Amino acid sequence: MKVLVFADHRGGKATKASLEAATYAKRMGADVEAVTTGGLEGDGGLGAAGVSTVHVADGVNPSDSAQLTKMVAAAADATGAEVVVVGNDNTGRLVAPRVAVRLDAGLVSGAVALPDTSNGFTVRKNVFSGKATADVSITSAKKVIAVMPNAIGIDADGGSANVSALSVDAGSASVTVREQHVASGDGMVPLPEAELVVSAGRGLKGPENWGMIEDLAKALGATTACSRPVSDMDWRPHHEHVGQTGVAIRPNLYIAVGISGAIQHLAGVNGSKVIVVINKDPEAPFFKAADYGIVGDAFEVVPKLVEAAQALN
Amino acid sequence: MKILVCISKAPDTTSRIAFTDGNTKFDENGVQFIVNPYDEWYALVRALELKEAGGGQVTTITVGGADNDPIIRKALAIGADNAVRIDADGGDSMYVAKQIAEYAKSNGYDAVFAGKETIQYNSGAVGGMIAEYLDWPYISLATKLDMEGSTAVITRDVQGGSEVLGVDGPFVLSASKGLAEQRIPNMRGIMAARTKPLEVVPAVDAASHTSVASYALPAEKGACRMIDAENPAELFDLLRNEAKVL
Repeated sequence: MKVLVFADHRGGKATKASLEAATYAKRMGADVEAVTTGGLEGDGGLGAAGVSTVHVADGVNPSDSAQLTKMVAAAADATGAEVVVVGNDNTGRLVAPRVAVRLDAGLVSGAVALPDTSNGFTVRKNVFSGKATADVSITSAKKVIAVMPNAIGIDADGGSANVSALSVDAGSASVTVREQHVASGDGMVPLPEAELVVSAGRGLKGPENWGMIEDLAKALGATTACSRPVSDMDWRPHHEHVGQTGVAIRPNLYIAVGISGAIQHLAGVNGSKVIVVINKDPEAPFFKAADYGIVGDAFEVVPKLVEAAQALN
Repeated sequence: MKILVCISKAPDTTSRIAFTDGNTKFDENGVQFIVNPYDEWYALVRALELKEAGGGQVTTITVGGADNDPIIRKALAIGADNAVRIDADGGDSMYVAKQIAEYAKSNGYDAVFAGKETIQYNSGAVGGMIAEYLDWPYISLATKLDMEGSTAVITRDVQGGSEVLGVDGPFVLSASKGLAEQRIPNMRGIMAARTKPLEVVPAVDAASHTSVASYALPAEKGACRMIDAENPAELFDLLRNEAKVL
């Protein structure tokens, strides 16, 4: 089977979501090629994740969903791919739906497992904001799969990929880029990609108390997050809000300090592999969803954790 | 500006999630339905603010049966001028997008707003699909939108940051947190909503390429292992040697 990966890159290197998409495609047992916009350095790391050839289309604006769609469709035609795989990060969300329409392909967005082809073609995805999964059957000849970030992992044991220029008639620009901002985050991994997350809620009583949370995150190499009330009160920036209406994350480790664990918060974090809850209320509902718990006052427990975390390395 | 806002029905965020018919259907028993929060809080409210500032019309559009009418009335109570329901039994994102695109095309809208995703399917596909059917620009995960004359200036979340785009002519956006603030309908709005037009339109022919074969609930978590607050450092031993995540 031929699978085309749509890859995105930053600083010349394929993004984490793109490498996950390539890994997913390779694990399908497919012959994997990739397509991306100009500016890739070498193969951008895609070869190691299992891609044989990367098609690079110069002159396509990576912010322009219409141009990206034409590029992916042209590469799908050129390679004869039956399946297009993308990472379902912010870039994938921009592109995958348009590509599905253009290719007249069924789309599963947020896939968390490889396709099951024992009876047709079904792909598991998260639904109800992580409170359930659905096995979605795709009946069209062509298919688009957008892979949930942090669900698959990255294989890096392949070789290097051939790089070939792809000429695409991407049409005129549908948008103009006026400004681009990289979230400062003090060098932290962006929340949706983070494998370790330290999060805090109203139990911290005020924004001035976040220093120890930042210290703990720094000692662990983790990214900071917060609950909805905290971002609503502007104690922390909106992009840190994890939960049903904020960012949904799937880190390996989620440490929640002073968050009671309302169902809307759980919806954004219950894909985490391991959850640690620190709360002074032993009845906090979050303990029911946790793997490890500490009942205690955050202002006493967290400084001790910071000390222990700093001693780890 | 004539804006079409996609409104979808969603189970209240506190609903118990269960399935029936051999795990092929969501168990609606006792479930309270709401307007999908992204559609209501961000997409609809921003559309209303633009109309209040610069005139125009805000129409909501929903694809589905008459069971959607209560949430459509809620959207009208918040301030939409009129509503359209494409009468359909259901279908996947592409089916829904095709219905909305056809309606938008034949009724001369300047923009289509959708929430970034529904809270039950979490696909976030309908907006982009509408854009492709209409051959319009699509801006996903929009957190800010202002009009400069006929140019829309839109801030969207990109991986690891944000960008500001200028868009001329009609466009589709998906609305994310920050685009607007939730509005609570007042009594006048609720009274007015009863008599606002809700037009029911037959569906056009369209295909669904996907369907849910079955649902499943995640495995129950084991018991939470408690660690003594006096010796919290033990946590890192467990995370490193037992859970192996550090």
